[in-house]
Amino acid sequence: MDAAPAVLEARNLRVGFRIPGGTMRAVDGVSFALRQGETLGLVGESGSGKTMTSLALLRLLESPPAELAAEAILFEGRDLLRLSEGAMADLRGARLSMIFQEPMTSLNPLMAIGRQIDEPLVTHLGLSARAARARTLDLLARVGIARPEQAVRAYPHQLSGGMRQRVMIAIALACRPAVLIADEPTTALDVTVQAQILALLRTLQEEMGTAILLITHDLAVIAETAHRVAVMYAGRIVETGPVAALFARPLHPYTEGLLRSIPRISRVREATLPEIPGVVPAPGQLPAGCAFAARCGFADDACHATRPVLTPSGEGREVACWKPRHG
Amino acid sequence: MLSYVGRRVLQSVPLLIGVSIIGFALMHLAPGGPLAVYTLNPTITNQDIERIRIVLGLDQPVHIQYFKWASGMATGNWGYTFFGGRPVLGVILERMPATFLLMGSALSLAILIGCTIGVLGAVRRYSVFDMMATSGAMVALSFPTFWFGLMAIYLFAIKLGWLPSGGMYELGEEDNLLDLVRHLILPCLVLALVITAVWSRYTRSAFLEVMHQDYMRTAKAKGLRAPARLLRHALPNALKPLIALLGIELPALFSGALVTETIFGWPGMGRLFVDALNMKEYPVLMGMIMFTALFVIVGNLVADILIALLDPRVRLS
Repeated sequence: MDAAPAVLEARNLRVGFRIPGGTMRAVDGVSFALRQGETLGLVGESGSGKTMTSLALLRLLESPPAELAAEAILFEGRDLLRLSEGAMADLRGARLSMIFQEPMTSLNPLMAIGRQIDEPLVTHLGLSARAARARTLDLLARVGIARPEQAVRAYPHQLSGGMRQRVMIAIALACRPAVLIADEPTTALDVTVQAQILALLRTLQEEMGTAILLITHDLAVIAETAHRVAVMYAGRIVETGPVAALFARPLHPYTEGLLRSIPRISRVREATLPEIPGVVPAPGQLPAGCAFAARCGFADDACHATRPVLTPSGEGREVACWKPRHG
Repeated sequence: MLSYVGRRVLQSVPLLIGVSIIGFALMHLAPGGPLAVYTLNPTITNQDIERIRIVLGLDQPVHIQYFKWASGMATGNWGYTFFGGRPVLGVILERMPATFLLMGSALSLAILIGCTIGVLGAVRRYSVFDMMATSGAMVALSFPTFWFGLMAIYLFAIKLGWLPSGGMYELGEEDNLLDLVRHLILPCLVLALVITAVWSRYTRSAFLEVMHQDYMRTAKAKGLRAPARLLRHALPNALKPLIALLGIELPALFSGALVTETIFGWPGMGRLFVDALNMKEYPVLMGMIMFTALFVIVGNLVADILIALLDPRVRLS
């Protein structure tokens, strides 16, 4: 797995919003590499900048008000920031796809779902209407929708949330993209449906060799699905590494806190669930030092004074902390 | 779908009865009456006036007059004009083509221009064009239609002399299409102006609403380019409130046509209504009120059916 080359690489990605009196940084220098065929989990609390990162990668943020900057966003050897809007449109949905958190509202309510899946096939692969429809029927069967011939004529309001997310996956994977960005794909779904959707993503990934950037706040989803994980805090990545090692021995106090706050049946005797005190600092109000220092039990003057950068710590892991745990 | 249409048609019957009662009552509450014009005529005696009153049935109590009129309507008899004794329906239908020509051309023009301005304003929100369109619409909505009409006549007919100031034809040119178009231009533009302003505002907000929906982001993430996103995904969704608006705006269109026809001497139903109002031609007034009400009800029904055809959530539920 480590030998696989990176298919999508973000270098020092920044997203800001212009507000009266300055710029609000939502993503503050995020760098990561997604390798061929792997699943990289991007995890963090609400407001940590995960969704902004994902939308920025596809250049889906509306600008203005959003301002996107990076050293580079390399996809299959090309810098996405240097592409024209037309060239970017040719990549979206073809080589680089995305599914969203809200399957209930992400489909056009006035269009039968068959036509919505046909669209990328006709647009990107130049298929005839008939050939596209044949592929659409096959795709619907592959994402686990029974009786595709009837399903193509159904409208979104006639489908359940899980079914709609399956349709979204069919649309996103229609052209066999190299990368799928999945932004909280299971958050709006029932727990049993969540597991089905994650299993489906795994199966299709194995079939098509698609690399997945899985964005979630749910560590259980990461544990179940991802190969590697990057933990985001206040617009920055604070720790990254292989899932098993990171879950077993978290290095950053924030990661440790996140893992400790997962409810476990084996811990029933504990009276209260451990939580991380305080809240994520608002963008624009970040301290000079480590953004987590104010909530960290181990912070000292150095932590408050200087911002730590992501530093390799062996076994393919990196951490941005002056006082890493298990160091 | 058929049962839906049938239900809507049945629902409109009590509505029409209500409209007719209110219209009839207001008409009779207004001072004067159809016979008032005779009182100043020295050759007509009071006995003559009394005789005319009895012949026209105006001596009977108002509710009896209403029931006589209503029972006639129920059998398709719209009554006869007081002056001339011509069938009311015939008089109205005679004026219909002129009004529909004016309303149809003004509405088409207004929708075409208004929707284009609205879509461009939504796509380029807060641009110079958008600001100008917004303030232009506010100006157009702030002045009364008759003022624009008078200004148009003053400028284009009197000062510049480019276009005729009123009427529908020059004498002896009844079959000349070019002459008709020349007469149509000014009233059509004046009537279209306010409707254009309304439509550009509604189209802009309808498109803005739609363009921030999640499915528009999905369309972009699919790799569709702007024209395909606007035409295939934004337009049908934005069209829904606009079709409903078309039904609701019909009465405003009628009253706008009434003012415009009066200013430009356009021989349509609006003129007929104003003339009938001055003469207290009760049968014609009632006929006009019922005709307009019917037209608005049918217009709204058509709008609702169009929406059902567009939106599966309405159609299939």
